[in-house]
Amino acid sequence: MRFAVRRTIFYLITAWAAVTINFLIPRLMPGDPVTALMGRMQGRIDSNAEESIRVLFGLDTSSSIWQQYVDYWGLLLRGDLGLSFTFFPTPVAEIVQQALPWTIGLVGIATIIAFVLGTSIGVAIGWRRGTWADALLPITTFFSAVPYFWLGLIAITVFSVTLGWFPSSGSYDRGMVPAWSWEFVGSVIYYGFLPALTVVLSSIAGWILGMRNMVVTVSSEDYVTVAHAKGLPERTVMVGYAARNAILPQVSNFALSLGFVVGGTLIMEMVFSYQGIGYTLFQAVNTQDYPLMQGCFLVITLAVLGANIIADFVYAALDPRARQEG
Amino acid sequence: MTASTLDVPAPTGAVGEPVLEIENLSVDYGYVDDATHVLRDVSLTLHRGEVLGLAGESGCGKSTLAYAATRLLPPPGLITSGSVHFTDRDGRRTDVLRQSDAELRASRWRDTAIVFQGAMNSLNPVYRVGRQIADGILAHRPGMRRREAWDQAASLLEMVGINADRLRDFPHQLSGGMRQRVMIAMALALDPQVLIMDEPTTALDVVMQRQIVEEIADLRQRLGFSVVFITHDVSLLIEIADRIAIMYAGDIVEDAGAEEIYRRPRHPYSSALLHSFPPLRGERRELTGIPGAPPDMHRLPPGCPFAPRCAHAMDVCREVRPGLTATALGDRGAQEAARRVACHLHDPASAGAHGLPPDLSR
Amino acid sequence: MAQDTSLVESETVVEPAVEHRTRDPRRPKRFLFLRNGKALTGIGILLFFGVLAVVGPWIAPYDPNQVSVDLLQPPSWTHWLGTDHTGRDILSQIVVGTRGVLVVGLIAGVSATVLGVVVGVTAGFVGGAGDETLSALSNVFLVIPQLPLIIIIAGQLPTAGGVTVALVIGATGWAWGARVMRAQTLSLRKRDFVEAARANGERTWRLVLAEVLPNLTAIIAAGFVGTVTFAVMSQVTLAFIGITPVSDWNWGTILFWAQNNLALQRGAWWWFVPAGLCIALLGMALTLVNFGIDEFVNPRLRSTGMNARVLRRRRIRPRIGFTPVLRTPPGAGPRAAAAGPTRKERS
Ligand SMILES: Nc1ncnc2c1ncn2[C@@H]1O[C@H](COP(=O)(O)OP(=O)(O)O)[C@@H](O)[C@H]1O
Ligand code: SF4
Ligand SMILES: [Mg+2]
Repeated sequence: MRFAVRRTIFYLITAWAAVTINFLIPRLMPGDPVTALMGRMQGRIDSNAEESIRVLFGLDTSSSIWQQYVDYWGLLLRGDLGLSFTFFPTPVAEIVQQALPWTIGLVGIATIIAFVLGTSIGVAIGWRRGTWADALLPITTFFSAVPYFWLGLIAITVFSVTLGWFPSSGSYDRGMVPAWSWEFVGSVIYYGFLPALTVVLSSIAGWILGMRNMVVTVSSEDYVTVAHAKGLPERTVMVGYAARNAILPQVSNFALSLGFVVGGTLIMEMVFSYQGIGYTLFQAVNTQDYPLMQGCFLVITLAVLGANIIADFVYAALDPRARQEG
Repeated sequence: MTASTLDVPAPTGAVGEPVLEIENLSVDYGYVDDATHVLRDVSLTLHRGEVLGLAGESGCGKSTLAYAATRLLPPPGLITSGSVHFTDRDGRRTDVLRQSDAELRASRWRDTAIVFQGAMNSLNPVYRVGRQIADGILAHRPGMRRREAWDQAASLLEMVGINADRLRDFPHQLSGGMRQRVMIAMALALDPQVLIMDEPTTALDVVMQRQIVEEIADLRQRLGFSVVFITHDVSLLIEIADRIAIMYAGDIVEDAGAEEIYRRPRHPYSSALLHSFPPLRGERRELTGIPGAPPDMHRLPPGCPFAPRCAHAMDVCREVRPGLTATALGDRGAQEAARRVACHLHDPASAGAHGLPPDLSR
Repeated sequence: MAQDTSLVESETVVEPAVEHRTRDPRRPKRFLFLRNGKALTGIGILLFFGVLAVVGPWIAPYDPNQVSVDLLQPPSWTHWLGTDHTGRDILSQIVVGTRGVLVVGLIAGVSATVLGVVVGVTAGFVGGAGDETLSALSNVFLVIPQLPLIIIIAGQLPTAGGVTVALVIGATGWAWGARVMRAQTLSLRKRDFVEAARANGERTWRLVLAEVLPNLTAIIAAGFVGTVTFAVMSQVTLAFIGITPVSDWNWGTILFWAQNNLALQRGAWWWFVPAGLCIALLGMALTLVNFGIDEFVNPRLRSTGMNARVLRRRRIRPRIGFTPVLRTPPGAGPRAAAAGPTRKERS
């Protein structure tokens, strides 16, 4: 119980910090790009929306910083993230809401596949240390060092430009109307395959290397030798003793490097023009759409936080010591 | 006898024929040419129903010997020669070093069980204690149901004096002494014929050490297994062992009855080792540490490895390595004749002229 | 009771005589790290790029901004790595861009490492509420995704040149190092020599500088290398998505131009393959150095004596739980020689 309380407090603090950072960044930046843009929007923006943007970007220098902070929270809690400049006058919240499921679908599924696959391969290589399996390590190291987006470029060159197997951009056939039909879902999978493959290929190496090292380290623990001494089947020792313990740091690393992995995979959306949060952020940056940038960042952070909470529960389920001590 | 589900053979009491024979076992650490030769042609025999003590300073290769004999030595350990014969209750003799993986797996825990050095890390931290006892049982009794295995685990725990509800505890919920008892209970799960215990009491406090030693002695009385008891504390061995082998730098330097070693050590190292520990009971001796440090096993000088620290070292000691042979006092009766020492002082050819120093010829 | 006291006493009196042997003869030696093949390979590649970063602008065959009439040419003798859509030489862009990549990596690595060490060691050393606060702070920074954060900060800065980006990366990327340093400091703090220095009334900051930091060298180095890797990747990514000025040459800028001028669709592989390979090579070199440090810190990861050829020749399969047994054919003698002096044979 103590564990749950401690973690809850931690997540509340992190969520609060993310919101506060989002509040502070535009206020700490030199210059005032938003006012200029507001000038250009003159007349097209209604007073209510203008008010939100003033609060979000701290243009209201008349009220105190505390008042601004309170107003800011007020807006967020009402789900008001301002209006997008690029897709004027669509509210940011709406754009983000449309983009998020695509990201969770693509990045989320691909990351989980990469984690599960990478961890299993890591166990196999770590367990067969000193055999041919070690030959996989240099390749893995190379892949762990390749920038995500570059692998995306190569994948597009090979599989869509040269071979023509997969489309090079988009998330479904534009001629179709989104619906829960086999046809549409098939198109989504077809369009998502190449980006997903690239995400898996570029992030799997990290999981393989991490798990391999953990298995090597855990395999020399006494309890693994005891398991052998008991005459347990090799599979039981490998899975139930070595891998079962090596997975613990792997899961906490998963939680910690999620921000990093997600950052990298969002870039992949940009490369593939895949209509998720990463691509939206990319468009916002290119068109200097500040409200949209802020909104994307907030949502990405909260999503990573959510994934962290899940990873935490998984960890607690796996490690009896964590449940007790917190 | 308590309501144990084990089928217990009649305790043999008397020391019988060999059950585990280690012959000329050599072990390297490292697979390349400049590997460290940690054991060189070590031979040791454990008899049925016997408690054999293995003592020596830490780093002398006691654990290496025990793990090599069971083929549990981790990389970069390599057995370079020798044989380890196990003799079953029905007299069948097998070389453990020539068994296939499947045969070895089947005989482990059933024939020879081990209590490892450091019970702290011997239990898998993520599984309940009961599961860890039960999985060993189930691996060897394929038809058995999980429920039965847990019941048997419960009676094993009670046998070593732990309440059966502890089965559902995780290792971190147990104290150090309890974990050690759990390991002992686990080792006895399949009623093994040989129990190897590597420093089973080293991490425990004095009271707990005493309890564990007494418990082992008691269990052996009831269940009739043979024990190899490894420790760097010789005075503890005097309490429990029938016979003691003293190791130094990867070699057995003296092998004799416990009483004999204690009263009349014949090797200068045994004598020094005895004087560095106070006895558990009986008169207090003067404590003297052994001057110098054990040699670097990677670069052993020729000759007797103990020579640089030995008060009686002679010229021959620095050139020729003494073999494990009978003592110079072999005519003093059966006990003395059964004893083996690796020291030139006992070699009539090289030490005849000097005679034995008084502290080694009492 | 009397016997028990004597045994306790024995622990203090006798243990030194019996137990003071150093267990592992292979305990880390100071320059062991440099004998590690992986680390050496990594350092070699780093040195190569380092030299390139220094002399790059002088040895580049062309001015990377100089347009020419050789539009989008594949590699040839005049342009070893071909040209881009305005006829600029790609090899020169890579050579000149090396400096930008390394400078940003170094500045970001140094600033993040310094921040991480200060926060981590302070947290580990002061303990209590100070520790709680600093740990919470670094955990928050760990959870917040850095790249999007860097993107929105850099995206809102009027000019985000190399140094600015490096500092932003440093300011957001210190948390991992701080976390590791804190854990290490906590365990070091309990060791005898630090306790002893404390008991002697040494000043805290002196204690940290003289006793704690030197023991953390390997960990600090690993954190530094990790941050440099991250910084290089982030900077190249930012350049690729066009957040940093496109006139600052670095490998990401090349990829930016390539992506935005349909190099993929036009099949101009020479435009984006070499730059990406350089990034991967640099990243791999940094990873290799970190492997070396890992093996230095965690001996279990070392594959001492696991020379694959020797293993095959001697037919050894190193395995946990089943110690390999060497099978020499009967009558073969060389083992005796390998096993050193056998008893009584040498007399
Ligand atoms: N992995 C290893 N590589 C090289 N030498 C080792 C290794 N493990 C142990 N040794 C050496 O082998 C010797 C015997 O160790 P060990 O059997 O553990 O001694 P003991 O159990 O008597 O304390 C020691 O000198 C030790 O330094
Ligand atoms: S052989 Fe020589 S050096 Fe070795 S123990 Fe005997 S007397 Fe001492
Ligand atoms: Mg030992």
